[in-house]
Amino acid sequence: MSYSDKVIDHYSNPRNVGSFDKKDNEVGTGIVGAPECGDVMKLQLKISSGVIEDAKFKTFGCGSAIASSSLATEWVKGKTIDEAFKIKNTEIVSELNLPPVKIHCSVLAEDAIKAAISDYKKKNEKE
Amino acid sequence: MKLPIFLDNHSTTPVDPRVMEVMLPYFTETFGNAASRNHSFGWEGEKGVATSREQIAQLIHCHPKEIIFTSGATESNNLALKGAAEMYREKGNHIITAVTEHKAILDTAKHLEKEGAVVTYLTVDRDGLIDLEALKAAITDKTILISIMHANNEVGVIQPIAEIGRIAKENGILFHCDATQGVGKLPVDVDAMGIDIMSFSAHKIYGPKGVGGLYVRKKNPRVRLAPIFDGGGHERGMRSGTLNVPGIVGLGMACEIAGKEMLEEAARMKRMRLKLQDHLMKELDEVYLNGHPEKRLPQNLNLSFAYVEGESLLMGLKEIALSSGSACTTASLEPSYVLRALGVGDDLAHSSIRFGLGRFTTDEEIDYVGERVVETVNRLREMSPLYEMAKEGIDLNTVKWTAH
Ligand SMILES: Cc1ncc(COP(=O)(O)O)c(C=O)c1O
Repeated sequence: MSYSDKVIDHYSNPRNVGSFDKKDNEVGTGIVGAPECGDVMKLQLKISSGVIEDAKFKTFGCGSAIASSSLATEWVKGKTIDEAFKIKNTEIVSELNLPPVKIHCSVLAEDAIKAAISDYKKKNEKE
Repeated sequence: MKLPIFLDNHSTTPVDPRVMEVMLPYFTETFGNAASRNHSFGWEGEKGVATSREQIAQLIHCHPKEIIFTSGATESNNLALKGAAEMYREKGNHIITAVTEHKAILDTAKHLEKEGAVVTYLTVDRDGLIDLEALKAAITDKTILISIMHANNEVGVIQPIAEIGRIAKENGILFHCDATQGVGKLPVDVDAMGIDIMSFSAHKIYGPKGVGGLYVRKKNPRVRLAPIFDGGGHERGMRSGTLNVPGIVGLGMACEIAGKEMLEEAARMKRMRLKLQDHLMKELDEVYLNGHPEKRLPQNLNLSFAYVEGESLLMGLKEIALSSGSACTTASLEPSYVLRALGVGDDLAHSSIRFGLGRFTTDEEIDYVGERVVETVNRLREMSPLYEMAKEGIDLNTVKWTAH
């Protein structure tokens, strides 16, 4: 399979690889996918007053999965929770030029953003 | 050292220059149709074909007349299964094969099932070997054919061919062997191994693509196969069509060279393979060998690098030609059915890489590949949430994943 230049760029120079402390109340963590399916994404958002100040990811998966999550961290930074929640997988597909067999990677990235936001919300409504 | 490095010699191999040299005149000078009986062009073509039959016969210990030339092992496998199913229809309709066979066998078997054949697919153990007792138990009075491969193309596992041949003989059943990965790399003796029909292909042994052969036993028993193509009745009526003389000449030369160099080459391949395996296992944790540790092709190394997905690993090794059992490298979303059959979990199947060494692989290349794989696996593990979780002591099997 040949990759788009953007996928190769994100794969070779992934943005925002790493982890935040899961227990931090300002951090929302989303883990989606399954090892048996060949991709697992962990996306973490650092949120303050409803704005995503920082984002980090780790991904087990193909180049397109790594690129999708790397791109997602770039896109969410500076956005409000509500804005980030509206990011659509199709936008990731067109930005990275993903072929049809790789669309599930973009879906996973969208799911990861949503999962991280709901984790953050859940954590902060308990108090 | 030249880049890129080709370490995918189970998929195909480069033509050995010595093979190409003997082929060349057959394109432009001695280009005759081997079936033309009335002029020297035809005679020259026929002579080239006859020499090739001799060379192949020497390598696999058969009579030259027992070789049928085909377009490759896919066709040979089709002819063996479909030809036997049709020819021996009166005797029975049951075929025994194994789940780790090449698609050219499995899909042919599926096709025959649609036409009324009954097929038993033997399972394999963790090492990739079939169970001989299960084979015996599967035999019925309707069984006409056992088809088991010699060496597997993904994990290199070598089946106990001589034992299978003996069981087939004891039960009066024909034994077909897909020896595409074995011929030219491992010693083959069709009599000693009890093989009645055997597929092989030139491009896996430093010959040209698009030519292969089928050994069809002439005596004890005399095997007959119904042809797939109707036509001029070439190749004892089993495979019509003007012979691919240059290809056949190349196949013959490839077999001659393999016969002479096989033992030395096998020792060299094994040494390099173990060097690569040791290098990777010493520098990296959680690397697992797929397939039997000893009963395998000297050229084959199949490893799973836990917590790293195979396609992303290949992407990081783009100057090295390799293949992966990861689903992402195929159109389907399923990982390798061969690894699954060995009981390798889907997670580790997604993390597998096949290293296929070949005649032209050098020590320098092996050292380079070892270093690059270590570097890339480490980089990807740094990025892997699974590696992080495993290092935190989380048992990944207890995690509730959101399968999609
Ligand atoms: C075990 C086995 N059988 C059959 C084939 C098909 O061979 P060919 O490419 O000559 O059709 C291959 C090669 O992919 C193989 O490895």
